[in-house]
Amino acid sequence: MNTARLLFSRPWIWSFAATTVVWVVTVVFTGGASSLGLSQAALTFAAFSVIVGIGQMFVITLGPGNIDLSVPATMTLSGTLALKLMDVQDSMIAVGLLLSILLGLAVGIGNYVLIKLLRIPPIIATLSMSFIIQSTAIWANRGLRIKPPDILASFTTSNLFGIPNIAIVALVLSAVAWVLLEKTIYGRWISAIGQSTFAARMTGIPVDGTRLATYVLCAVLASICGYLLASFSGGAALNMGAEYLLMSIAVVVIGGTAVAGGNSNIPGIWGASLFMFLVVSMLNTYGFGAGFRLILTGLIIIAVILVAGGRQSNR
Amino acid sequence: MNEVTARREVVAARGIKVTFGAVKALDGADLVIHAGECVGLVGHNGAGKSTIVNVINGGLAPHAGEVHYGGNGGQHGISAARASGVRCVFQELSLCPNLTVNENARIMHAELAGWNWRVRALALVERQLQDIFPGHGIDCDSTIDDLSIAERQMVEIAISFAGLRDKPKLVILDEPTSSLDAGLAAQLMAYIRRFVGEGGSVLLISHILGEILSTSDRIVVMKDGRVVADRAASAFSTRSLVEAMGNVVREQEWLRSTDKRGGEPVLSMPPRRGQGLAFQAHRGEMIGLAGLGGHGQTEMLLDLYLSRNSNWWPARRKEIAFVAGDRGLNGTFPLWSILKNLSIASLGELSSRSLVDRGQEGMLGDGWKKRIEIRTPDMENRILSLSGGNQQKVLFARALVTTARIVLMDDPMRGVDVGTKQEVYDILRAEAASGRTFIWYSTEMDEIRLCDRVYVFREGAIVAELAGDEISEKNVLEASFSGGEAA
Repeated sequence: MNTARLLFSRPWIWSFAATTVVWVVTVVFTGGASSLGLSQAALTFAAFSVIVGIGQMFVITLGPGNIDLSVPATMTLSGTLALKLMDVQDSMIAVGLLLSILLGLAVGIGNYVLIKLLRIPPIIATLSMSFIIQSTAIWANRGLRIKPPDILASFTTSNLFGIPNIAIVALVLSAVAWVLLEKTIYGRWISAIGQSTFAARMTGIPVDGTRLATYVLCAVLASICGYLLASFSGGAALNMGAEYLLMSIAVVVIGGTAVAGGNSNIPGIWGASLFMFLVVSMLNTYGFGAGFRLILTGLIIIAVILVAGGRQSNR
Repeated sequence: MNEVTARREVVAARGIKVTFGAVKALDGADLVIHAGECVGLVGHNGAGKSTIVNVINGGLAPHAGEVHYGGNGGQHGISAARASGVRCVFQELSLCPNLTVNENARIMHAELAGWNWRVRALALVERQLQDIFPGHGIDCDSTIDDLSIAERQMVEIAISFAGLRDKPKLVILDEPTSSLDAGLAAQLMAYIRRFVGEGGSVLLISHILGEILSTSDRIVVMKDGRVVADRAASAFSTRSLVEAMGNVVREQEWLRSTDKRGGEPVLSMPPRRGQGLAFQAHRGEMIGLAGLGGHGQTEMLLDLYLSRNSNWWPARRKEIAFVAGDRGLNGTFPLWSILKNLSIASLGELSSRSLVDRGQEGMLGDGWKKRIEIRTPDMENRILSLSGGNQQKVLFARALVTTARIVLMDDPMRGVDVGTKQEVYDILRAEAASGRTFIWYSTEMDEIRLCDRVYVFREGAIVAELAGDEISEKNVLEASFSGGEAA
């Protein structure tokens, strides 16, 4: 009884359990040869999902209707512009990162301006914003593929004590996000807004200020992720963000964050990100194609929402 | 009409009892309506008027007592009531806003079936509207959304009075003139007299006593779920009607502190929508917002709160706090523990460098748990594990914990038991004595009497200000009902 309660009160345990199962199955299937390589790859690719997932989680915590669909376009534009600005010079690495962060700020503010001033629902506002951003990226990119500065490229692709550097970055960001969520007033505020915006307003929470900060945070994280991903993969591509639209939402949901808002979960994002990568690589080793993988991803998300919904009504 | 038809009962509800939890909404009420009469039903908020209407139209099954339609009982329910010719125009307009007028008529009148029903529905509604409100100018092809509130009310009334094969026997009108101007209201009242003269019956509920007195044959006064008076309309005057509605004035007054209206007001607001009186509050005052429910008190509290509270920047010092009455709407955070619900409004004081100090938060919670006796073994339990009254105490504590000098209360004692109320009253009195200002909307006369000064609301504006000994149930009632001038 107590164990069951512990399990249900910590939904992220499920995603980690699933991850372990998939890992073991894949390793057994490949005869154990790939366990280290698989783990490192999983950590690296999960790290990108984690970084955008955290931002998306903050937005989803704001309650029903809040979502940021401009994540993939922001990643693309950030990667494109940063690499262009840095122009393979190692001295420009910090400037490129700064540009990414500023871009994220601008996108976040732009999103909330659309949502608030023009009263467009977030799903449409961020989608149209993403159209603008993506078009800017196409215009800025013009088919050029600029390599990242050497130091940055080697940083993003190497390991520290066997752990990929990208994963360490994501871990640090997760720790900061966790403190923000669990320990600060801001964390309380977004949770309160997610449970009841009206009640939050009537307890004196600056609702609009908090929501703006959250959309900005999400866009900045997406920008940083785009910067890292472009550096990691040796250059920005116009479709580099595409798969992160679904991924950023999926890892939030699978990780045990309440889709209805008010309740969020950072460890779960790690579990879910690792799980999603491992499922993909498992299906790859079995020789399934991309179409089947996507179908399965969709089914997993639906199953998790069903299970999570049932859990809430049982309380 | 002759004596025999006048005696025939259309609806007879006898000994009706309805309880909602601990609240007795109806406590043995009798209401008999005969053919060919207009019965006026009056009473203060919560007297049980709407409840007995819901019993008669079949929407609510009584816990005791019997309802008979046209003399034959046994059946109960909405369809039984409709089959017996009972129609109801609700206080909350109940048309479908996305449908046109004639489509709405189709919903009410199932016999408008088959080919060409739109044309027939249109003719039916237009004829009826013309009958009740000559020269109305409503386009019956428009959707309800495009009509004004008054036009919607007219359409709803017309649809209810219309009858394709058989005319309705009893039409219940719950506040039918609340959004009609004087001219339209007079047309409606004239139509009611004609309808009654042709043998129909009307149950008229209104807070405009002039209409009730001039239109009804008989007036039924309800109070606390019972019928306290049932006499011919000619036996009442405005004054005796108000007196019949009110409590026997209980000589239980609180010791009011001396007039605190000296110095600068801490909070003020110009007249609402340019009508009525301005609002002012002074330090240490307990101000009551009285009047019938839903006449703009809550809106004013929300305006007061939102105008003093930025939506973009965190306030450095909280100067105003709000206690919700509708807990589910704007009070509790259902996913959170009691403690988090308690501390949310005062996190600024509980934290350093915007990190919340859990230790201090816990101490605060334990202190208030003792002080207002929140009945829970652990403040970490979820807020929804508490009873309604205890949840309300947490919301009170949330406001009192803050440094705010002004506390707004939106009828917070709804559904709170007597013991808890007394505890909270004591806290409020102590806090007011220490210089806090309370602005208290309440629908309960006993609470209004606790206040130093009272503003009475009617139709969204402040219509009267009562201070000290002027605060009595009679004065409040008189101010909240418009007198005879409206009809």
